[in-house]
Amino acid sequence: MATSNALSFQDMILTLHRYWSERGCVILQPYDMEVGAGTFHPATTLRALGPDKWNAAYVQPSRRPTDGRYGENPNRLQHYYQYQVIMKPSPADLQDLYLGSLIEIGIDPLVHDIRFVEDDWESPTLGAWGLGWEVWCDGMEVSQFTYFQQMGGFDCKPVAGELTYGLERLAMYIQGVDNVYDLRFNDAGVSYGDVFLENEKQMSKWNFEVADTDKLFRWFKDCQAEWQQCIDNDVPLAAFEQAIKASHTFNLLQARGVISVQERASYMGQVRDMAKGSCEAWMKTNGWAQ
Amino acid sequence: MMRDFLLELRGEEIPARMQLKASDDLARLFTEELAKAGLKPAAIESFVTPRRLALIARGLPMETAAVSEEYKGPRTSAPAQALEGFLRKTGLTQDQLEDRDGVWFAVVNRPGQPTADVLTQAVPAIVRAFPWPKSMRWGAASQTTESLRWVRPLQGIVALLGGDVVPMEIDGIVSGRETVGHRFHSTGAISIDGADDYAAKLRAAHVIASHEERQAVIAERAAAAAAAHGYSVIEDKGLVAENAGLTEWPVPLLGDFDPAFLDVPPEVIQLTLRINQKYFVLRDGEGKLAPAFICTANIEAKDGGEAIIAGNRKVLAARLSDARFFWEQDKKTKLEDHAKKLSRITFHEKLGTVADKVERVAKLARWLVEEGIVTPATVTPATTVTPAKAGVSGGSAPTPEMPAFAGMTKEQLADLAEQAAHLCKADLVTEMVGEFPELQGLMGGYYAREEGLDPQVADAIRDHYKPVGQGDDVPTAPVTVAVSLADKLDSLFNFYSIGQEPTGSKDPFALRRSALGVIRLIHENGLEISLKRVFERLRWILEFQLLAATDSSEYPELHDHGDENYNFDTEEGYDVIRYGDKVIYRVKSPDRPTIFRFDDYGNFEATIKRLLDFFADRLKVQQKEAGVRHDLIDAVFALGGEDDLVRLLARVHALQSFVATDDGANLLAGYKRAANILKKEAPHIMSAPAKAGAQGDEAQSGPGLLPSQEHNTLSYTPEPAEAALLAALDAAEPLAAAAVTDERFEDAMAALASLRAPIDAFFEQVTVNDADPAKRAARLALLARVRDAVHAVADFSKITG
Repeated sequence: MATSNALSFQDMILTLHRYWSERGCVILQPYDMEVGAGTFHPATTLRALGPDKWNAAYVQPSRRPTDGRYGENPNRLQHYYQYQVIMKPSPADLQDLYLGSLIEIGIDPLVHDIRFVEDDWESPTLGAWGLGWEVWCDGMEVSQFTYFQQMGGFDCKPVAGELTYGLERLAMYIQGVDNVYDLRFNDAGVSYGDVFLENEKQMSKWNFEVADTDKLFRWFKDCQAEWQQCIDNDVPLAAFEQAIKASHTFNLLQARGVISVQERASYMGQVRDMAKGSCEAWMKTNGWAQ
Repeated sequence: MMRDFLLELRGEEIPARMQLKASDDLARLFTEELAKAGLKPAAIESFVTPRRLALIARGLPMETAAVSEEYKGPRTSAPAQALEGFLRKTGLTQDQLEDRDGVWFAVVNRPGQPTADVLTQAVPAIVRAFPWPKSMRWGAASQTTESLRWVRPLQGIVALLGGDVVPMEIDGIVSGRETVGHRFHSTGAISIDGADDYAAKLRAAHVIASHEERQAVIAERAAAAAAAHGYSVIEDKGLVAENAGLTEWPVPLLGDFDPAFLDVPPEVIQLTLRINQKYFVLRDGEGKLAPAFICTANIEAKDGGEAIIAGNRKVLAARLSDARFFWEQDKKTKLEDHAKKLSRITFHEKLGTVADKVERVAKLARWLVEEGIVTPATVTPATTVTPAKAGVSGGSAPTPEMPAFAGMTKEQLADLAEQAAHLCKADLVTEMVGEFPELQGLMGGYYAREEGLDPQVADAIRDHYKPVGQGDDVPTAPVTVAVSLADKLDSLFNFYSIGQEPTGSKDPFALRRSALGVIRLIHENGLEISLKRVFERLRWILEFQLLAATDSSEYPELHDHGDENYNFDTEEGYDVIRYGDKVIYRVKSPDRPTIFRFDDYGNFEATIKRLLDFFADRLKVQQKEAGVRHDLIDAVFALGGEDDLVRLLARVHALQSFVATDDGANLLAGYKRAANILKKEAPHIMSAPAKAGAQGDEAQSGPGLLPSQEHNTLSYTPEPAEAALLAALDAAEPLAAAAVTDERFEDAMAALASLRAPIDAFFEQVTVNDADPAKRAARLALLARVRDAVHAVADFSKITG
């Protein structure tokens, strides 16, 4: 559906912002830390816990060091954007709201085949799971749609609905572009490549070749120690940030190929303990723990 | 007057794989729940789509029938408490009871109840207890974990009895007559009058309510679309059902892909289309994979589906590019180099890496060939059991066409088997198998062929996981047989060695399947193999693997052969190996798996015994399924000591033929009579544990016989029938024993058959319980000899009838 009047990358974001803003969401800016997915943003992870009503939408850069391809692969990036919506409790018409947002950014559901295909979501790292779908548009997965059932090992009471849009993928689709770097970022002649190609090249090199693994191992340990300090001093939000840092550091170690299969499980377990521990402390601080 | 009941439970998209089961569950639970009130619909029609689960129950009465039930109570003379209890139970007072011949009876009349009331109660009960594989909470109600659980949010209930709404409420969802149509083709509510206009009104709103009908639409229209391009659809009922579960208004559309992608193995393309995209795969006129696909859309698109096809083509092209990239990338590395990376993959935390496993499998595969268990001429595919030795003695007729491996030497076969085993798991680290784990083996075979390796090696890599299921082919090519057997036997032995045995429904390492695979490989290829020897061999292989991991450089003579200079011992908590006088290995005993501790050889023996029992159980299950009488299997297995499956089966089959004859039936009767008398009169004369294949003399001088009774020295003159039986035993025992030793089971049975007439005559003419204690003892001993002679062939006590 290559159309020259399709939304630019940034207009797509602005459109989604306006759409969800009109539906009562707090429009947040990206969390200022490296995360692997928008779900790690405390606005989702921690706000999914507890009884309070919470509606928010934000763009979150996702860092996946092992997905880096030095800017040479048209579909894979080590840094890309997710658009994240969380609504708690999940509204009865969440599916319709979501479909409305697709229409808003230019996808006509009587021309394009939109399908909700079973996809249960689980994040062992966050001690979280939910049921939902991946949303297909003409055979391509464009979003994840999840009803959180547990977070940090705690039942979600009430349940939050989470939407995650893969922004680059959606934009490539509506702009009819085969290479992510060819996306129109805005309507003033700037492409996605102009903004991010050099970044992908350099960061891929750093992720895979340059990053000092001794330092990374040390950072991981430091995060753990600092996390413990935060827990001991009753600042769970700060503790959660250390868990996020540890998680990203672990991802970098993975990209450097210095973690064996056996060690991998152990590191993941340590990150999980930190994330779950943070959630637990957050529940306790708020007086929600059972 | 009869009415029809319509129930629709509408919600967000139900996973495709759950729909048909849910539809059956709803019909079943509904029938059960109504039966409790004495209601039975004339018929039930089921409907299921991604967004609704519905049924129509035909022919329900407006009211349930009045029921009169009678309960018997205590005697009128019983204590007051008994009467009170009965009154509580029935909810009646004493004056409502009837006294019938001194016993209280209660008659409880239940009046008829409106069917609508029954439904008002029944439906919410069904919904609350519905057996979804996974269910969830949602929305404001989920403030508590007690809220309703359903597969995805439940949004509406249509409940109509005749034309009337049956009122009910489930967690705030109230029943009515309104539903919705297709998500995109229909807007607003649709009002249903009753069961008869439900399907029609939905159809008008672009929803085909029947799963079966949607399947038919998909199959027909896909076939037509394919035919229009000169293709045919590769039949895939599961995929038809899956697509019917993803659509309410299915529209199959055909698109094509770049034929250049057809360089990639067809299985890869099929999986990419099927698993990742749920597309149908097509064949061209010559039967080859066509460069096209059929996707099933859920809309009648405004542009005729052009945009949908274009979008799907693009997604598929990206997927196939990935697959081709993996294929090209994987081929750049030789399998033996891929195999090196297996040392990074843990096979099991206590069993080392996959590389360790591969090394053991390679050694065992070579050994299986060197020992003559798998031979170049092994393959005489047998549907019935062939005498075990036929294959090796060359006595069997040569197969009409000479297979590729004919004329290969043992050494060549051993080399190929070892090579194939070394490479058989290499594809696990390839990109392609990382993406499609179900292609393991198959890809290895492709890569081996691309690399120009011996086709027999490539086939062995491809097929060594076989047979994986009941209906799967059993490999017959010698290289494949060696690798496949070695792989499975290694897993069985090693998991048993660390105590990971299947229990009940738990079999995480699929050892039952492995054992069945081994049985079928042995059976259908007629292999002569002692499992015990194999396991002893595997123990050595593992021992030396552990040694090599400790330190091998210093001991170049350390090879995995049973060199007698090796001496295993324990010293103060250490396991020690000496070669001659030299200590070459010393490690703390507790650091080693228990089975390999040198002071614990009994543990090894016990493990092997459990493993052999496990095989026997599997063999029994398999033979029972093949229709062999289980008591005969038990009779043969009860003897123990036999670990050659082909021999065991030959014996079972010989026994089965024998008991079907008159001689067999009568001998069995005589045996049972003898055994019964012994049990009654001389329980202290234990049955000698006759060992299958043991030498006759040994079996007869076992501790169970009366020591004072020599066979031929009696203190009195035997009666003629007694003497005849003695003579018959003297003749039959060595014949039967020799026949068993030589695996001539028909002959062993024939030897037993010769006992039949003398036994019958003995029982007719001789009194066992003679007044003379010497005669009585001698005759009991004679019966014990009969029993033991029979036991040398099979444990007849296990045979029923």
